[in-house]
Amino acid sequence: MTLQPVPATDPRPTLAVWKFASCDGCQLTLLDCEDELLGLTERVRIDHFLEMTPAEGADGGRARLEGRGPYDLSLVEGSITTAEDAERIRHVRRVSRYLVTIGACATAGGIQALRNFADVDDFLAAVYARPEYISTLATSTPISAHVPVDFELRGCPIDRGQLLEVVTAHLAGRKPRIPGHSVCFECKRRGTTCVTVAHGTPCLGPVTHAGCGALCPAYGRGCYGCFGPSDKPDLRSMVAQLRRDGMSERDIQRVFRTFNAASPEYAPVPELAAEERRDPPAEGS
Amino acid sequence: MTADADVNAARPPGPDGLVMGKDGLAALVDVLIRRGFTVVGPTARDGAIVLAELTSADELPYGWGVELEAGRYRLRERSDGAAFAHAAGPQSWKSFLHPSRVREWSADRVEGELVLTADRGTPPRYAFLGVRPCDLRAIAVQDRVLTGGAYRDPGYEGRRSGALLIVVECTEPGATCFCASMGTGPAAGPGHDLVMTEVADARGHRFWVRSGSREGAEILAELPTRPADAETRETARAGVTAAADRMGRSMPEADLRELMAGTLDAPRWDDVAGRCLTCGNCTMVCPTCFCTTTEDVTDLTGDHAERWRLWDSCFDLDFSNLHGGPVRASARSRYRQWMTHKLGTWYDQFGSSGCVGCGRCIVWCPVGIDITEEAAALHDWTRPERPDPEPS
Amino acid sequence: MSTVVPPLPYRVVDSRAETGDTRSIELVPAGEGLAPFSPGQFAMIYAFGVGDVPVSVSSLRGGHGGLVHTVRAVGAVSTALYRLRPGDTVGLSGPYGTGWDLGAAAGHDVLVIAGGIGLAPLRPVVHAVLDRRDAYGRLAVLAGARTPADLLYRDEIGSWRDAARAEVTVDRPGPGWRGAVGVVTTLLDHLDLRPGRTRALVCGPEVMMRHTARDLVARGLAPHHVQVSLERNMRCATGHCGHCQLGPLLLCRDGPVVGYDRVAHLLLVREL
Repeated sequence: MTLQPVPATDPRPTLAVWKFASCDGCQLTLLDCEDELLGLTERVRIDHFLEMTPAEGADGGRARLEGRGPYDLSLVEGSITTAEDAERIRHVRRVSRYLVTIGACATAGGIQALRNFADVDDFLAAVYARPEYISTLATSTPISAHVPVDFELRGCPIDRGQLLEVVTAHLAGRKPRIPGHSVCFECKRRGTTCVTVAHGTPCLGPVTHAGCGALCPAYGRGCYGCFGPSDKPDLRSMVAQLRRDGMSERDIQRVFRTFNAASPEYAPVPELAAEERRDPPAEGS
Repeated sequence: MTADADVNAARPPGPDGLVMGKDGLAALVDVLIRRGFTVVGPTARDGAIVLAELTSADELPYGWGVELEAGRYRLRERSDGAAFAHAAGPQSWKSFLHPSRVREWSADRVEGELVLTADRGTPPRYAFLGVRPCDLRAIAVQDRVLTGGAYRDPGYEGRRSGALLIVVECTEPGATCFCASMGTGPAAGPGHDLVMTEVADARGHRFWVRSGSREGAEILAELPTRPADAETRETARAGVTAAADRMGRSMPEADLRELMAGTLDAPRWDDVAGRCLTCGNCTMVCPTCFCTTTEDVTDLTGDHAERWRLWDSCFDLDFSNLHGGPVRASARSRYRQWMTHKLGTWYDQFGSSGCVGCGRCIVWCPVGIDITEEAAALHDWTRPERPDPEPS
Repeated sequence: MSTVVPPLPYRVVDSRAETGDTRSIELVPAGEGLAPFSPGQFAMIYAFGVGDVPVSVSSLRGGHGGLVHTVRAVGAVSTALYRLRPGDTVGLSGPYGTGWDLGAAAGHDVLVIAGGIGLAPLRPVVHAVLDRRDAYGRLAVLAGARTPADLLYRDEIGSWRDAARAEVTVDRPGPGWRGAVGVVTTLLDHLDLRPGRTRALVCGPEVMMRHTARDLVARGLAPHHVQVSLERNMRCATGHCGHCQLGPLLLCRDGPVVGYDRVAHLLLVREL
C-alpha cells in the first residue's frame, strides 16, 4: 500500500502515525487490524505512516519523517530520549489537531525509562564500545512531559480493539470507552477465577489499568502491570498483599520496574516495599 | 420397599419428599437436558468450584470441598464423595441472569432516518442445579431490583422467567459464611422448583428431594426415587440445623440499616480505606450487586451504533462522575457507598437487605476485607463505651 | 409497570442559541411519541453513536408544539446535542423522574430560584403558573448566572415581569451591567417573602441549592415547602444501573425533584 496523492476535495479526516523511542509494536497494531483496515481507510486518509511507506531517497525520506500536516488525528508511539525527539514532538503537536499517545513508551516512558533510576553514562559505558558516539538524554519521558496530549492509550503493546475504539470514537465525536478501573473488573466480567485468592499467585491486577481483557489471569498467571497504574491505585495495600503472597522486597520493587517503571503512581513502591520489610504484616490466612 | 418399582409414577411427593441416589442426580441432568434446559451447575475448574454449563452429572464436583478465609479460597478433597459440600464459589447465578455484558439495542442511520431496534434474542431456558439458599435469596433480591419497580428489565425478565431453580440446602458452610445471621439459610426459602438435601454417610450417598412447583414435581416424577425414609429426613434436617451453628462469620446483632445510616462519619471508614484497593472485586462477586454502565459502540461505517450494558462497580471513579469530577473520589467514600448500600439503604430502595450472607466479598477481596468485621467495628463505635469516642 | 425499551426517534424542529455554550432544541416525534412530560421531569436524549444524557424538559410548549430541552455543551454527548440542527434526529426516552410538585404549590406564593442552567427545568413551572395565574399567589423568579452572557432566557424573563416578579443577578458583571451582583440568595433580601404562604422550587449547582434551601429555612419556610432538583450521574434512568444514588434515594426514580426535608441531612455528608 502506498500513499497516493489525494484530491483536495477528499472529505476524510487525516491520520498520522509517529514513532519515537519504541519497538514499533504499538503502531504495528494498526496494521494488525486486518479486517478493519480497509474500512478504516475509507473513513480516514492515512497521510503519514512510515511503517506502510516504501523507502525513499534521503531527501524524500526526511520529508516523510517530518510530515508537514496538518493532521486531524495523530497517533504517537514511543518516548522522548533524545534532544532531537524533544524538538520533533513539538512539531508533531503543532501539526496535529488531536494527539493520542499509544503504548507504555509514549504514555509512561517505557521500559527504557529504567535509565531514569540509574546513571545513563554507566549504561552507555557498559553497552557501547564507543559511548561517545551516542547522544541521548539522561531520562526517557512520556510524550505528555513535553507537549499537551489529548488522549493516552495504555499498554505494552496496546490492545487492537482499544485502538480501533479510540479511532472510531474520535470519528463519531464521542468519548472513547477506555475505562481507568482495575484489571479485576475484566477478570470478573469474563468469569476468570482470581489467581491470587484461589492459587496464591501474586497479581498486579487490583492496581493495573484495564484494557488487555485480563489476558494473563485467564491463563492462570498473575498480571504484571503492562497497562500501567489504574485510576488512583492503592500501592500501599497492594505492596502489603504482594508481600503476603510471598514476594520479597526486591521482587516487589522489580515487578513495578518494567514497561511503566517511570509512572509517577509507582514512585512510592521502593519505600513501601522497604516498610513492609521493617514491619511484616500478620499472616492473613 | 416398592419405591424402585414406582420410579416413573407421577406421584406427588408430599411434604415428606422423596429420596434418590447418585443415579437420581445423573437422571436429573439428563431429564433437564431432554426437556430443553441449558443446565448450569457447579464443577471443579481452575482450582475452584465454578458455575458452568453441564452436559452430565459426572461433571459435578464430587468429592470436592472448599476451605475459605478472607482473601483465600482453596479446594479440599473430601472422602465422602459429596457433590454439594462446598460454599459459595467465585461466581454467582447473576453471571447468567444478569450477564456482565449484553447488547440492549442498536441504532442505524437508514436514508437519513434513525432506526432504533431492541435486542430481543431468545434467551436459553436455564436450569440452575445446586443453588445455595443464600443465592436463592440473592436471585429474589435481584428480581426485586430489576423487575419489581416501575420499569422492568426485559432481558433479565426473559432469562429469569424461564429459569428452573434447583436448590441444594447447605450442610457444609464455609468459614466466611454468615447466611444464618442474615436469615437467608442454610435451609432453603421460597421460590425454588426443587430442593434437595445431600446426605453422604455410612448408609450411602443420597438426596432428600422435595418439589416447590408443578414443573419441579413433574421433573421429580421422572427420576428414580423412593419415598423418603425417616432416617434420611432426620439426618438431612440435622445436617442443615448443624450448619446454622457452624457459620464462620456473623453480622453484629443490630439494626444494620440504622447502623449504616448512623455511622457515615465514623473513623472506621478511614481505616478500611487504608486497606481497600478499590479494585471492585467485592461488587463483581456479590450475587446481588446489580450496577451497570452503558457503552455506545460505533462501527467504522459510522451508520451503525450499538448500546451495550456492562457490569459496573461503585468502586470505579467514573461511577459517580459528573461534569466537574466524581462525587465519590476517595476510597473511603467508595467503600462506604458499597457497604452502606448493601446493608442499609438497600432497604430504602428495594425493601430488603442487599446482603444475603454468602461471604463472597470476604473471600474474593484480594486483601481480605471482611464486611462482618467492618460492621462489627462500626457497631462498636456506636456503643456508649466505644473505645475511641469522637469529639462533638 | 413498563418495560425498558429503546428510545424513540424524535426530530429536531428548532435549535436556538441561549448563551455562548447553551442551546435550546425543540423535538417532535418522528413516529410514535412518548407519554406527556411534567415540569421537572427529564428525558434521556441519545445522540446517534455518541451516547445519551439526562436533560430536564425546559418547555412543554415549543413553537412547533414540541418538547424543548436546553443543553449546555460540556461533554461529548451534550456537545453533539448542542450541534443539532433542524432536520436532525435523536433518540428520546422518558418521561423520567418525579417532577415539581405544583399541586402542593397551588394557592400559595411560588418562589422559583435558579442558578445557571438550573433555570431550564424551572421554566415550565413559570409557564404553568402563568397559564393558571389565578390558581397561585405571588410568583417570584430569582435567577443567578456567572456573567450577564450566561443568563438564560433573558428576553423571556422580561416578559414574565408583567405577571410576576423576576430578578436576575450575576457573579461577575461585565461592562454595562446595571443589575444585581452576587449570589442568588442576596436577591431574597429584597423580596417581601411571606414564609408561611410560600412554596419554593430551587434548581442549580448543588452548593447553591444547599445554601439557598438553608437560607429559606432560616427565613421561615418549612423544609418540606422547599423543593430541590438534584443531579447525579445517570446511566439508565429506570432505577437499574445504580449510578444516581444519594444515600437512600435513587434520584432517577425518587428524584430529581425532592423535598428539602428528605435530603437536607444527606447533602451535609461529604462524598455521599
